[in-house]
Amino acid sequence: MKLLKSAYVGLVYLFLYLPLVVMAVYSFNASKYSLSWKGFTLKWYGKLLSNTTLLDAAVRSMTIAVVSATVACLIGTLGAFMLHQYRFKGRRAVFGGVFVMMMSPDIVIAISLLVLFLGAGFTLGFWTLLMGHVTLCVPFVIATVYSRFRGFDRSVVEAARDLGASEYQVFRKVVIPMAMPGLMAGWLLSFTLSLDDVIISFFTTGPTYEVLPLRIYSMVRLGIKPDVNALSVVMIGITVVAVILSRRLLKEKR
Amino acid sequence: MKDSRLFKRFIIGGVLGWMTLFGAIPTFLLVGVSFLSRHPDNLVEPTFSLTSYMRLLEPELGAMVLHSLFLAATATLLCLLIGYPFAYISARAIKRYSRLMLLLVMIPFWTNSLIRTYAMVAVLKADGILSKTLLFLGIIDAPLKIMYTQTAIFIGLIYTLLPFMILPLYAAIEKIDGKLVEASRDLGASKWTTFRKITIPLSMPGIVSGCMLVFLPALGMFYIPDILGGARTMLLGNYIRDQFLATRDLPMGAAASIAMTLIMGCMLVLYYRSVRRSGRRARL
Repeated sequence: MKLLKSAYVGLVYLFLYLPLVVMAVYSFNASKYSLSWKGFTLKWYGKLLSNTTLLDAAVRSMTIAVVSATVACLIGTLGAFMLHQYRFKGRRAVFGGVFVMMMSPDIVIAISLLVLFLGAGFTLGFWTLLMGHVTLCVPFVIATVYSRFRGFDRSVVEAARDLGASEYQVFRKVVIPMAMPGLMAGWLLSFTLSLDDVIISFFTTGPTYEVLPLRIYSMVRLGIKPDVNALSVVMIGITVVAVILSRRLLKEKR
Repeated sequence: MKDSRLFKRFIIGGVLGWMTLFGAIPTFLLVGVSFLSRHPDNLVEPTFSLTSYMRLLEPELGAMVLHSLFLAATATLLCLLIGYPFAYISARAIKRYSRLMLLLVMIPFWTNSLIRTYAMVAVLKADGILSKTLLFLGIIDAPLKIMYTQTAIFIGLIYTLLPFMILPLYAAIEKIDGKLVEASRDLGASKWTTFRKITIPLSMPGIVSGCMLVFLPALGMFYIPDILGGARTMLLGNYIRDQFLATRDLPMGAAASIAMTLIMGCMLVLYYRSVRRSGRRARL
């Protein structure tokens, strides 16, 4: 039974990791087309360095992920604070709205935003992409930060109020520091959501601001490119390091 | 005090305004567009029509919609079958291992899903690693023909969406009070009966939310069928994309997405019910 269990868990991991490993191996293979090993090479990484369109797209993806995660955190934290602290008409409706936005298929969010942007006469590019990604992330930030707020002792906020803190001071000096781990988790989640997103980017950005997945999408259609493998390996490396670092940081904070 | 009220108003106004602008208005616009008719130059013509919805019910498109539903449902079921035992084992493992097991599920998920889909091609190709290994082991005697088939789409969907199934399942199973399981065993229930009557019902919210998190994206992920399934398989997601970017029939694309939203609505109702039911049960 125990052996069966381990075998099963191993198979699941094999399934999840095999494609990534194969891609990494490809990126060091001298042969361009087949899987057969033609010797170790770094030439695809060299080629990657000279492929400016690919690198530019990667930088744009990172930029949009950082900016949209930050903006989404700002709006999401205010939203979670509002839902936790204030009682107002339509509060339940807001809860429902957040949940529906979280569950909506990406493609539906994407095209409804596209219709909005077309209707408003916006040119698709950085700003529309940013709005798209922020829309994708905010509900997740609200959910993450709200669940952190729920673990709070309400009386701390009340004490601050009683001691004469203004609402802004309560927010700035009490709520934000207490919610920090939730905020950071929300930021990281948004960052990954944004980096991972293909569908919303596909509809909300234009030729002036091509992000990595779209660049890769059009490249892959023309056949496999080994420098894409190389870039993917670099990206995997960066995300793994970033995640491990952030986990360390979060742990020390606690 | 006045400042505080201003701050409160500012926050409520800001957040609600944001949600209206990017949540409610786009949805209403989409519903609106789906009832308009197509115009060759301006994309939409402001005359009311039900054509798009009628077309969705035509046999050809209807079959496409049903086929996408079938594909997404099968992928969801497979994810559940693969994911449940995994979530169960990791939730029941010692805390340290259990965290590590989950982390290992999450890591591939931090790479862009398009890149991972593309990595899957290298595995599934006729001269890919899977085919070569199976040939070498003598399990098959001709190269695999998985690429550009429905099987490849299933594999791609499961590969991309499995973590979305495992995480809520894990959270639900971990929450189950071990005492209930013990009590059931003490009262003479077999392992299997305990699993069927205690563990499964109590993890129902996890099962339902996992299924939603897999099923809904599976309907819309047009790039997986595109890359792994070849151009032959038309699915709801691909169809919507083409209506917007290739055919330029916005009302049709909008109607198809409204159909998808309705499917989501049904699932949300299901989810809500299952959570309420299990909440009631937990109180008993």
